[in-house]
Amino acid sequence: MKTQWTKKDFLSVEELSREEIELIFTTTESFKEVSTRDVKKVPALRGKTIANLFFEPSTRTRTSFEVAAKRLSADIINFSSSGSSTSKGESLTDTAKNIEAMHVDTIVMRHPSSGSAEYLARCVKAGVINAGDGIHEHPTQGLLDIFTMKENKKSIEGLRVCLVGDILHSRVARSNIWGLKKLGARITVCGPPTLIPPGIEKLGVEVSYDIDSVIKDQDVLNILRIQLERQKGAFFPSIREYAAEFGISTDRMKKAKKDVIIMHPGPINRGVELASEVADGPRSVILDQVTNGVAVRMAILFHTTLVERKS
Amino acid sequence: MDKLVLDSPSIERAIVRMAHEILENNKGATGLLTLVGIHTRGVILANRLEKVLQAITQVKVPIGLLDINLYRDDLTKVSEQPVIHKTEINFDLDNKIVVLVDDVLYTGRTIRSALDALVDFGRPKRIELAVLIDRGHRELPIRADFVGKNIPTSEEEIVHVRFLETDNKEEVVVTQK
Repeated sequence: MKTQWTKKDFLSVEELSREEIELIFTTTESFKEVSTRDVKKVPALRGKTIANLFFEPSTRTRTSFEVAAKRLSADIINFSSSGSSTSKGESLTDTAKNIEAMHVDTIVMRHPSSGSAEYLARCVKAGVINAGDGIHEHPTQGLLDIFTMKENKKSIEGLRVCLVGDILHSRVARSNIWGLKKLGARITVCGPPTLIPPGIEKLGVEVSYDIDSVIKDQDVLNILRIQLERQKGAFFPSIREYAAEFGISTDRMKKAKKDVIIMHPGPINRGVELASEVADGPRSVILDQVTNGVAVRMAILFHTTLVERKS
Repeated sequence: MDKLVLDSPSIERAIVRMAHEILENNKGATGLLTLVGIHTRGVILANRLEKVLQAITQVKVPIGLLDINLYRDDLTKVSEQPVIHKTEINFDLDNKIVVLVDDVLYTGRTIRSALDALVDFGRPKRIELAVLIDRGHRELPIRADFVGKNIPTSEEEIVHVRFLETDNKEEVVVTQK
C-alpha cells in the first residue's frame, strides 16, 4: 500500500499516522544523499516561497529550515519577532495574513503559545509547519530524533527509549512520545518529580524518578535540555544537585548498555544534564541529529508544499 | 487486448546486442564507460547490460542509479506525489562516458530531467542513451543511441516492460488505455 501525503500543514506528531511517519522517513533517506553531493541542491521546490516566522529566539531550528529550503531550491525569507511589527502590537493573524499576501506557499512558525500553529493554519491558505509551539509539540525535532534512532538501531519496534530531564516544559519530549508510541517503542520518562507532569502515564509511558535504576535497560537516552531560563520556579534545589542526580556522567555511562546511544536536541548545558566527555564520546549521535534534521525538514517541506491547495 | 511485443529470449537478445553496440560505439574508450540506470526498471536494465559488458570485456563498468522525480518539470502540478527513491552515483562523472539507461523512451521528458540531474553530479565527457523500447511521440528534441526495439504505438496505448526482478515475469506488452 502506497501512502499519499495529503496535509498542507505539519502541526504535530500526534496527528500523524504510522504510515505518514514512515513515508517521511523514506523521503528523508533520499534527501540525505542530496546534502552529500558537490552540488547540494535539487530543483524540487523551485519557484516556491517559504517564510520562517520566529516569535522565539532560535538559531539551529531556523537555520536548519533555511538550509533545508535552499537545498530544495525554494526561496526563503526570515521574519523574527524582535524589531518587527509584532513589537508594535500587530496580532499573529495580521502578521500571517500580510506574509500570505506576498504569496508565500509555506510558513514555518515558532511561537511561545501552545496551539498557535494550529490556530494559524486555520487562518491562512498557506501551509503551516510547526517549529515549536509553547510546551505543546516540536514535531520536526520529534521526527528527526526518531529517524536518528531508527538509523542507529534499525527498528523502533520494541526499542527501549528513556527521555531524561525536564519533561514538564519539553515540547520535544511530547513529540518524541507520540511518534515513538506509534512506532512501537517502550518509553520511560525520568526526572525530578517537579518536572514530570502529573498524569503522563496516560500517554503510555513508564515514569521513573531515579535514573540509576533504569539506565541499564535503555537502548536510547534522549537527554533534554534543562531550561535554565525557566528555573525561576525552583523546580529543583540547585543546578549542581540536578547534575549529581540526573546528569549523564562518565560514571553513570558505565551502568548503561554498551551500545546505548546518547541524544540531545541542543543546545547542551555541558556539565549539567550531560557531561562533556559523554556528549563528545563514542556513543553520542548528537551531531547526526543535526545532519538528519536538515534531511527530515527537507522531506516535510517537500511533502507539505507540494500538496494541492484549495484556492 | 494485450499484444506481446518481446518475450523473455527476445529481451535477452536485445540486451546482448545493445551491449555490443555500446562497445562498438565507444571503441578504445571502454575504460571511461559508466552506466546510470533510471529508477526503477532502468536500474534493472543497467545491471543486465553491465553483466554482458563484463562478460565481453572482463572489465567492470561502474553503475549508478538515479531518481529523476525531483527534477521533473511537472512536479508541482501532479496531484499524486511521487515516492522519492535514493540516487546513488558513487563514482566521479567528470570526463566519463555515461550511458543513461531507461526501459521505455516516450515523450523524452524523463530523459530531460535525468540530464539535468546528471550535470549536477559532474561534467561527463559524453552522455549516451540506451533504452529497451522506443515508442515514439517525442515532445522534446531527444533521441536514443541504443534501442532494443522500436515499437510504433498510438498515444492510447500503454507499454509495459516487465522484468523478473520486479514483476515475476519477463516480457514487453502493449495494452489499450
